Amino acid sequence: MSDEIEQTGAAQDDARKPGWLARLRQGLARTSAKLGGGIIGLFTKRKLDDATLEELEDLLIQADLGVKTAAKLTANLARERFDKEVTSEEVRQAFADDIAEILTPVALPLAIDPALKPHVVLVVGVNGTGKTTTIGKLAKQFRDQKKKVVLAAGDTFRAAAVEQLKIWGERTGCPVIAGPENCDAASLAFDALKQAKADGADVLLIDTAGRLHNKAALMDELKKVIRVIAKMDPAAPHSTVLVLDATTGQNAHAQVETFRSMVNVTGLVMTKLDGTARGGVVVALADAFGLPVHAVGVGEGADDLRPFDANAFARNLMGLE
Amino acid sequence: MFDGLTGKLGDVFERLKRRGALSESDVQAAMREVRVALLEADVALPVVKDFIAQATERAIGKEVLRSVTPGQMVVKIVHDTLVEMLGSEPEPVDLNAPAPVPILMVGLQGSGKTTTTGKLARRLTQRDKKKVLMASLDVYRPAAQEQLRILGEQTGVATLPVVKGEQPVSIAKRAMTVGRLQGYDVVMLDTAGRLHIDEALMAEVAAIRETVDPHEVLLVVDAMTGQDAVNVARTFKERVGVTGIVMTRVDGDARGGAALSMRGVTGCPIKLMGVGEKMDALEDFHPQRIAGRILGMGDVVSLVEKAAETIDKDEAEKLARKMSKGDFDLDDMASQLRQLRKMGGMGGLMGLLPGIGKMQKQMAGANIDEKMLVRQEAIITSMTKKERKDIKLLNASRRKRIAAGSGTSVQDVNRLLKQYQDMSRVMKQMGKKGMLKGLMGGLGGMGGGGMPQMPPGGLGGGLGGLGGGGSGLPGLPKLPGGKLPPGFGRR
Ligand SMILES: Nc1nc2c(ncn2[C@@H]2O[C@H](COP(=O)(O)OP(=O)(O)OP(=O)(O)O)[C@@H](O)[C@H]2O)c(=O)[nH]1
Ligand SMILES: Nc1nc2c(ncn2[C@@H]2O[C@H](COP(=O)(O)OP(=O)(O)OP(=O)(O)O)[C@@H](O)[C@H]2O)c(=O)[nH]1
Ligand SMILES: [Mg+2]
Ligand SMILES: [Mg+2]
Repeated sequence: MSDEIEQTGAAQDDARKPGWLARLRQGLARTSAKLGGGIIGLFTKRKLDDATLEELEDLLIQADLGVKTAAKLTANLARERFDKEVTSEEVRQAFADDIAEILTPVALPLAIDPALKPHVVLVVGVNGTGKTTTIGKLAKQFRDQKKKVVLAAGDTFRAAAVEQLKIWGERTGCPVIAGPENCDAASLAFDALKQAKADGADVLLIDTAGRLHNKAALMDELKKVIRVIAKMDPAAPHSTVLVLDATTGQNAHAQVETFRSMVNVTGLVMTKLDGTARGGVVVALADAFGLPVHAVGVGEGADDLRPFDANAFARNLMGLE
Repeated sequence: MFDGLTGKLGDVFERLKRRGALSESDVQAAMREVRVALLEADVALPVVKDFIAQATERAIGKEVLRSVTPGQMVVKIVHDTLVEMLGSEPEPVDLNAPAPVPILMVGLQGSGKTTTTGKLARRLTQRDKKKVLMASLDVYRPAAQEQLRILGEQTGVATLPVVKGEQPVSIAKRAMTVGRLQGYDVVMLDTAGRLHIDEALMAEVAAIRETVDPHEVLLVVDAMTGQDAVNVARTFKERVGVTGIVMTRVDGDARGGAALSMRGVTGCPIKLMGVGEKMDALEDFHPQRIAGRILGMGDVVSLVEKAAETIDKDEAEKLARKMSKGDFDLDDMASQLRQLRKMGGMGGLMGLLPGIGKMQKQMAGANIDEKMLVRQEAIITSMTKKERKDIKLLNASRRKRIAAGSGTSVQDVNRLLKQYQDMSRVMKQMGKKGMLKGLMGGLGGMGGGGMPQMPPGGLGGGLGGLGGGGSGLPGLPKLPGGKLPPGFGRR
């Protein structure tokens, strides 16, 4: 089967450009074999010279840190240790330290103000990043802390989004406020806040439909949700959490920038860190925006949410764990 | 915002003499910028390295064409190489197999599999008149099966009834049996999202593949994917024999380098792209559109979309009607000038176009600025109604009067009239060729290599075309990307 596919692939290259795919694949196998082992094995003890630095920079780039951040970190390292004899372990540790330094100030959990009743958390982000699942996980955490949690099914657009949240409500024992099909997200959120207040809930978690930040109409819709709930509680939403997918590359910058300026994001959650994507873009984000990173998602289950630990994250980025 | 690659390369080549062949050192200097552009676009590093090697090989020794700068020449070579690598020939979803043809959808969590299943099923049903059955093999994600059922209802495509507790492999078998017995042409199997390193789930999808022997295995990936794209694509290809790739969320503003990464490591064609959440937002893959984006050479599509958002709809529709009839008068031109100013003027628009930095300088030099737009409007307002309908009336003394009335010179008036004539010509061409091609021609002319000598008339012509066509046409965002030559419109 897989042989057949190879052949179809090769047949696509017509005579004009003989086998660029084959050549490319060969090249890739070569490059990835070289990079495959990560920083480990890059050098045991050798001089930190230009070639080595370039290889190190490449590794940072492959963790999605971005060209600029990777260059900056590499330059730092060069300043400190250029021409010195260094081991792989030392270099990785040095990078991890620098990265942890950037990340430590933003490692802040989502703090619920007990006086608010309810503390309103609006969860936003582009499509499919894990908003609904993260709400389920947060609900579980708050329930474990004996808080009273209400969920609002504010994604009134996507097929079965309401059903999905309802199942999370059942799993975590939280009531879910939902409207009729295709109802207005803003008025649903308003009703949910009213209900949560009446019930004396500690936390109201509002789910929203996924939306691409470059779609003005959808961003306006989100602003409207905020305007409408602020009518009942001028300070609401008290937190607006942007959910980012760790597999996302440099576009995360545009996401944070736009959501932040449009709906005043107060913190981030990064999901899907259980894969091989390292989520390195968060380093550049921390540097640029300084927004708190509340938690990370490491699976699809209710318990798969972890606090964001700057040191652990940095060490993982550098393949130290 | 970002400086286009063309602009950056312009700086690299500033010191070069314009003529002659590209030398090795010139090309290498240029490729450093190309490398950064590709990495910023999320092309995976190993793919970047191989791409650069190939493009360098092609570029060294190439004669620089007369009308372009060395920088533009390199960009052209890079662009062409990129388009070729992305797959110049369209590769449609293949149904050439005994019915029911099984199509298996796979990918990471949340990449858009279920949505794409619905979109593709709808397209096969409505456009290709196939009888399609969809089945959800996702027994994990809450309400996943319900999601597909609703999409089936929305699109009028049949879905396999859900049997509670049934496992993916048996669902797949049952779907194929029902497909055979009930005479379906195509059976689409939507699977749960899975990480490529999740051994158990990868074994499951391999077992599904063994069972149904799908004719197409489509890997659904998000256009925003970063460096990890290579790992994902490679593993899925190895484990489930991917036959094609679908890129979703191309309606976003990600540069989409993942397309090149995935194509590079798997050799699989990119067959489709998702351009929205709605069920009709599915298109064939446009390599040119993605290549232009990856290189950051200005995104003509977003330029047009921006125009579409800003332009007053009624007015634009009126214009579009007039244009199609070929009668476009100075009143219409004045209304276009107003639209242009509304869009944030030249500055805003230019930001979306290739080679921005340079061009803005040149424009400042040529005195093409927003004041000019205001002046041109003033000239038109100083004409009588009759004059605006028929410029043949405008003899020398009338032109003098108009210049005085608008506080401009006779040359200004003449220039405007020349520009109007150019615009009418473009409009007529659009009428003949179909709007979009004409529109793109106009845009291409703006961003193209001929920029340094671009007369104000030509510029206005292009923009005018844009203003008119921008929003009048509901179908505009679905541009035929194959026709967009970013930065090389009229070389
Ligand atoms: N592996 C992994 N999967 C996750 C994680 N978080 C969410 N997912 C999965 O990602 C997919 C999308 O999650 P959702 O919660 O539906 O995402 P969403 O942002 O609500 O999506 P939309 O509402 O459609 O925009 C589901 O299959 C989830 O199970 C995570 O941390 N790790
Ligand atoms: N803007 C945009 N959104 C899309 C596109 N394709 C899918 N989506 C959205 O992405 C989100 C996730 O889509 P799904 O089809 O549920 O993704 P999935 O891969 O089936 O997710 P899992 O089954 O949880 O792995 C939904 O909000 C979709 O509406 C696209 O091309 N553009
Ligand atoms: Mg959701
Ligand atoms: Mg799905």
